[in-house]
Parts: sequence; structure tokens; C-alpha cells
Amino acid sequence: MNAPLSRRAILQGGGALVIGFLMPMGIGRLAAQAPAANGPPPVDPNAFIRIAPDSTVTVLVKHIEFGQGPFTGLATLVADEMDADWAQMRAEHAPGDQKVYANLFMGMQGTGGSTAMANSYLQMRKAGALARWMLVQAAAKSWGVKPEQITIKAGVISGPGGKQGKFGEFIETARTLTPPQDVPLKDAGKFEFIGKDRSVGRVDSLDKTTGKADFSIDQWTPGTLTVVVAHSPRFGGAVASFDASKALAVSGVVAVKQIPSGVAVFATGTWPAIKGRKALTIKWDDSKAEARGTAQMAQAYLAKAKEPGIQAKATGDIEKALATPGATLVEADYVFPYLAHAPMEPLGGYIEWDGKTALARFGSQFPSFDQPAIAGVLGIPPEQVKVEPVLAGGSFGRRATGDAHLAVELAECVKAIGPGKKVRLTWTREDDIHGGYYRPLMVHRMRGAVKDGKIIAWSDTIVGQSFAVGGPMEKMMIRNGVDATMVEGSSEPPYKLPAFRCAATIEQSPVTTLWWRSVGHTHTGYAVETFVDRLLEAAGKDPVAGRLELMTDQPRAAAVLKAVAELAKWGEPVPAGRGRGVAVVESFNSFVAEIAEVSIGEDGEPKVHKVWAAVDCGIAVNPDIVRAQVEGGIGYAVGHILYGEVPLEAGKPTVSNFNNYRSLRIMEMPEVEVTILPSSAPPTGIGEPGVPPCGPAIANALARLGRERPTILPMVKSA
Amino acid sequence: MIFTLKVNGLDRQVDVDEDTPLLWVLRDDLELTGTKFGCGVAMCGACTVHVNDQPMRSCALPVSAVQGDITTIEAVAGPEAKAVQAAWVAHDVPQCGYCQSGQIMTAVALLREQPKPSDRDIDLAMNGNICRCATYLRIRSAIHDAAKSLEKGA
Ligand code: FES
Ligand code: FES
Repeated sequence: MNAPLSRRAILQGGGALVIGFLMPMGIGRLAAQAPAANGPPPVDPNAFIRIAPDSTVTVLVKHIEFGQGPFTGLATLVADEMDADWAQMRAEHAPGDQKVYANLFMGMQGTGGSTAMANSYLQMRKAGALARWMLVQAAAKSWGVKPEQITIKAGVISGPGGKQGKFGEFIETARTLTPPQDVPLKDAGKFEFIGKDRSVGRVDSLDKTTGKADFSIDQWTPGTLTVVVAHSPRFGGAVASFDASKALAVSGVVAVKQIPSGVAVFATGTWPAIKGRKALTIKWDDSKAEARGTAQMAQAYLAKAKEPGIQAKATGDIEKALATPGATLVEADYVFPYLAHAPMEPLGGYIEWDGKTALARFGSQFPSFDQPAIAGVLGIPPEQVKVEPVLAGGSFGRRATGDAHLAVELAECVKAIGPGKKVRLTWTREDDIHGGYYRPLMVHRMRGAVKDGKIIAWSDTIVGQSFAVGGPMEKMMIRNGVDATMVEGSSEPPYKLPAFRCAATIEQSPVTTLWWRSVGHTHTGYAVETFVDRLLEAAGKDPVAGRLELMTDQPRAAAVLKAVAELAKWGEPVPAGRGRGVAVVESFNSFVAEIAEVSIGEDGEPKVHKVWAAVDCGIAVNPDIVRAQVEGGIGYAVGHILYGEVPLEAGKPTVSNFNNYRSLRIMEMPEVEVTILPSSAPPTGIGEPGVPPCGPAIANALARLGRERPTILPMVKSA
Repeated sequence: MIFTLKVNGLDRQVDVDEDTPLLWVLRDDLELTGTKFGCGVAMCGACTVHVNDQPMRSCALPVSAVQGDITTIEAVAGPEAKAVQAAWVAHDVPQCGYCQSGQIMTAVALLREQPKPSDRDIDLAMNGNICRCATYLRIRSAIHDAAKSLEKGA
């Protein structure tokens, strides 16, 4: 075999073989294509599928697996097109290589925006279909029969005269074949796995049940130093001076070095590194740091929200409509706190650097940003940096950073200790909660008017930080001075409103912010859905029927709303002491409506008993993963709407770990019932869309219990 | 200091400071990485191991205070462990999976104490184990199923 080495060698991995080493669709061709411009590039099955002699089929997954299910999802697509047996399917992460593994929606290698299934649906089916084609041709050639005489079922290839074989038997022959550009995909009516509930189990369940699954924190090789970094307690602060003498006296501490993000303590293990860090004395320069508290910031933002802001969208004359004589004016000021993502696995990773090349293994969500960032720090060409994404213990947006700050810190650490070293960086939970990249603190000033049972005016003015400003995605996200992710959901509510205005103002702070599971919808969904509920109440309308009247040109949103009302038997009596609220939000091209049943517990806290959800996410490739994502999304929403907040006092976070950054626990988890609407539309997102409707549904339920719909979150303030 | 620990049935010697939490001894020194770090302050349960069959937060247990045999996810065994792990896979409980070693260690200990736990028993036993992916509903049903399969098997 004259296999060109480099990339193939990477793909080849542990002794398994990649079919068709000499595929004509070279990597160079793929690279030359501008993905977004003329439709997706041709699919190179070699890059995505590896068939081993033992017939296992490994799918190389370009989206990072942190629970949302792309390993299983993409393996499902390939298995169905190949007519494989589910038991032979495996999945692993594709290496960092943007030319082959770009997210077709982003033009770069990255996971986010609930796009994994949406953008891989056709690509992976094509790869599977091409792989199947090659196996069929190879079997035909080996048996001396026509390809049309070959069938494949459950991983068994059959030919005339009772001939049978498994995939692994034909890889050597398949290598010699030149596949066509394209082969027809399976007819949807013939799917064995796609859309078939519980036809497949998650490929990663067993390893995650036996402790075998390896995460970022589990990556190291003999001789690796563990490093923890002391970061500025205030955002925007910097090291003025430090004294490491006591830290260096801790047994196991090997070195202490200043790096741009703080002071790094290198040790033989995690505990000595943590102890060493505690023993540091650091003077911080706070001259450029945030000095305000969040209460002060919220006040300033609310004052700003009285100004017009930059208009995102408008219809009619809003001020005139709000001043309509005889109309009921409704106003509400909303404050959404900073939120930490707090993925179960704190950030961290492994890197080795020999002076010329580097290898980094960690939960890299944006390899396309992480690889050049590491190269930049180490002063080597990006091609000399290998990024190998590994399983991550959750993300919720946290691992997708435009500034690649974790990759940069990783590289700075190994650079500080010198070439020929390996380091493993570990963030503690305190580093995570204090570490910023929060869901931004946001305010909404909502004003509406109701007359004769109709909503006649709606104004929403949003003020907060934009994490797009100054980042690599600024151009993509900010249009005409408005950050699209700040107003998404607010600028186009699903309701017909005769006079409407949505505007936003971007504020600045050294506090770092980031997308957080469902991005702008975390606040816009809440503001819009609680406010419409309030206006409908003022108009004397039922929350479901009233919404439907305003949704005449929103068939998919209306359909999920109707479906959830049916599922929960909306309108029928509710147990004493309980109230129900509803909300519907479109996000990431999926539609989710939820109804929450809530009471007030003995402690005065809202208790969420049950949430019903109706989902339209196009074709649900793995219905049970869709269900799991909605269950998890609801849990994530309940936890943060009730308890989530990172308050700052004089610029410093006042919470630091799960003792005071309260997380949802099993006792607070509501029952969840999900219905998935049948659809033949292409798959859309599901990792995030379960989150936005839940908070407002809870608030709207509280209104049925005679409480105000909370406008200052979280609902439960810690003492 | 040298400490001798009985871990997963084997005597193991480690040379660490006496205040080193068992968690880091297991992970860094003995390379038993199935036990996870989530908070370091006994608030999340990711680091749960068994000491003499009792669930303990290894992040808050200094190595010098360990008394008894340690079992980690790598070696947890017996009918309860088998039933729990099988139910976990059948229900596809894990999402990111990072909390699940701890969840399973707690669930196995629960079933050894209470072979037929109620929802309330489960909530009480499992409340110290955070799952940020909120797989709680599946955890609950998987424990019930494991209990059922143990009953059948008994
Ligand atoms: S790591 Fe021990 S309880 Fe969280
Ligand atoms: S499965 Fe992700 S934290 Fe539990």
C-alpha cells in the first residue's frame, strides 16, 4: 500500500484499517471547497468511518461528546446506511483537522448551537452509503458475482448460492476500489435505526457506567506535571508581584511560574499543586479590574434600558400605541444574573511540547480555535500542533470559547516550564465558579398595552454585555450594532403584535461572558413568555388559547403548544395547592412547548412537580436521546431559574462551589413527560431547546398560585 | 509518609503527605481514574468510593484517616453492583457520564442497605450526588429496576 501517511496514520489508530486508502477524493480537494458557498463539500468516507478486520465499524465523530449524544447519533446514521448490526458500531472523536472535520454550518471545526445532528445528517449518511457501496463491490468482486446480487442485513453480506460474509473480510478488496462521487441514500421508509425508538442504545453507556470512560482530567502520561493556576480574584486584574517561597516548600511542588493568566504551580500531583497554590502570596494589580457589584450593574443597566437603545426590529408606532387612551399599560423590569455553566468536570487538559511540535488532549469544543491558539503561544506553525478532543464532563457552552482561553493557558503552562515537558492543567471547582465566561447579566425593560381583550403594543429593551464584541465571531454575530444572540427570541416573538419594538444596548465590563445552554433564549424566552402570559391575563384570555390566537402564522410553534396542552390535559382540574403554567419557545430551529405544575413548599420555595414537554425537532434520529436531552434541559433550567446566580460584590464573586452555587439535586427534579411530534423535516437542534420554555412555565404557574411572576432571578435567593 | 491501603482487594503503598485526600491518592498515585473530582468539598458525590462497603466522599477523606478496605468503581462487584450497572446501561442513564461513577457507588450502597427502596429512599440516599446533566429521573428508574431484578434473582 502506498498510503500517504500523515493524516491516515492518525486515522488508522489501534491496528484497525481504513477502507480505501487511495480514495480519489483527496483531502486537498475538500480543503479547496468553501463549505458554505456551493453547498456541502463531497463526503470522504475514509475520514469518517473505519472498518476493522473484526468487522467493528468505528465512526469518527467531529462533534465533541459531552453528553448530548453525537457519538450515538452519528453512529446511528452510518449504521443505518451500511445496514450494519448495532452491536458492531463504535464511535470516537475525530482529531482536530478543520479541512476534513469542519462543522458545515460554521466553516470551522466546532460544536455548538445544537447543530451536531442537523449538519451531520446528510454527511454521515452519505459516508455510510459510500462505505456500503464499497463493501458490496468488494464482495461482488471476491465472489465473482454482480453487485446487484449482493444484499446486506444486520452486518451480514449475502450473495447467491448461500455465500455470506462479514464487513471485515472485504476491507482488503475494498481498498483497491475507486468509489463514485455519490451513491443514493436509503429510502426513509427502509430505516432500521433512524427514528426508531430504542432501536439503539448509547454507544458510550457501558464505559460511563464502569469508570472506563476517559475525560480531560484523566489524560496524562508518565512524567507529567500537574499544574494549577492562581487567577486574579477580580475580573481584569493582573499579577503585580508574588512570593513563591512558601509554595516551593510544599513537598511535591516542582516550580512556580508567572504566566499571563496568573501564577502557575507545577507539582508531582494534584494535591501538592493545590496546596502549593494556597501557600502563594500574590499582590494583584486591580487598576483595570471590574470594581462594581452586580446590584450596582443591574441598576445601571435598568437606567440605560429607559433609553431607546439600538433598534433590532419594529412594526407600527410603539410609543403612540403604548399611550392609547383607555388601554391598560403593563410594565416589568427583568434582571437576569450572571450564571456559571459549572459542567460536572471542571476545565482542564493535557499538553506535551518538544520545542517543535505539540500534542494537546482535552475536551476541545472548538479545535479550529484551540489549535492556532496553542501554536501562537508556542511560536510554532499550527500544523505542528495536534489537538485530540476527548470526552468532556459536560459543557453547556463553557468549552466553546472564541478566545480559546483554556488552550492558551495550557500552552502558556507548558511554555513556562520549558520544552520537553508534559503538563496536565486542572481547574478546581472554585476556579470554575470564579472563572467567568458567565451567561451575561441581562436586563429587559418590557412595556405592553392591552385594550378590548387584545395586546396592542409590545416593547422590549435589552441591556447587557455581548460576548461577541472583540471576539472572532463579532462579524458573524453583530449586525447593525445589535448582537443577534442578545435579542434572539425577543426580536421575533411568535406572536402577531400590531405595534412592536425590540432594541438593545451593549454594555462593557471586564467580567468575561459566554453562551450558556440556549444562549440568548435563556433570558429572552423567560421575558417574552412571562410577559405575554401577563398581558393575556390582563386581556382575560386563557394562556394556551390566547397564545394560539396570536400564532396563526406559526404552525410548528402552535402545533407543539397544542400537543403539550393535550398531553397535560390543560384546562382540567389541578390538584389542590398546585398551579400550572405554560410557555413555548423556538430555538435552534426546534420548537418546544412546556407546561409546569408547581406548588409552594413548606420552606416557601417553589416546588416543581412535573413538566410536560412537546417537541418538534424535525426527524428525531434517536428519540430516546431527544427525550434525555429534554429531561436534562428541564433539570438544568429548573436548577438555574430557582437557584442559579453568581453575584459580585466589589467585583468579586461571592459564591465559589456547590455549597453556595446551588445546583439542582435529585429531590428537586420534577417528573418529566415528553412527546415528540412526528416530522419528516430535516433534524434540528435538541441539546439546548428544552431549556428556554421551562423557567417561564414555572413563573406562569406561580401566577396561578397568586404569586407574582418573578422578574428578578433566581426565584430563590440564597440567604 | 508511607501509607498502606487496601484498595480493590490489594495492598498498596503510597508515599504522600498525610493530609492528601484519598481521592488524589486513588487518581494520581494508584491511577484509578474512574473516581472523579467534582468539587473537593464533599458537596457533589463525584468522588464517592466505598470504605468497608460504606459510601464515602474520597475528596474529604485524608489518607491518614482511612480505616478499612477501599473499593472503587473499577472493582465494585456483587449482585447489587451487577444489577445497578446493567440497569444503568438499559436505561441509558449517563449523558456526559462524569458524575456516574459516584452515582453508581452510592446506588450500590443503597441497595445493599435497602433492597426495595421507595422514591423517597432513593432521593434521600442520592441527594448528595449532583448530576449537572440532570439524569436524575433515569437514575431513579434504574435503581427501581435494579431492585426488581435483584428480587427476581434472589
Ligand atoms: S469531589 Fe468529592 S464530593 Fe465533590
Ligand atoms: S451525566 Fe453529566 S453530570 Fe451526570
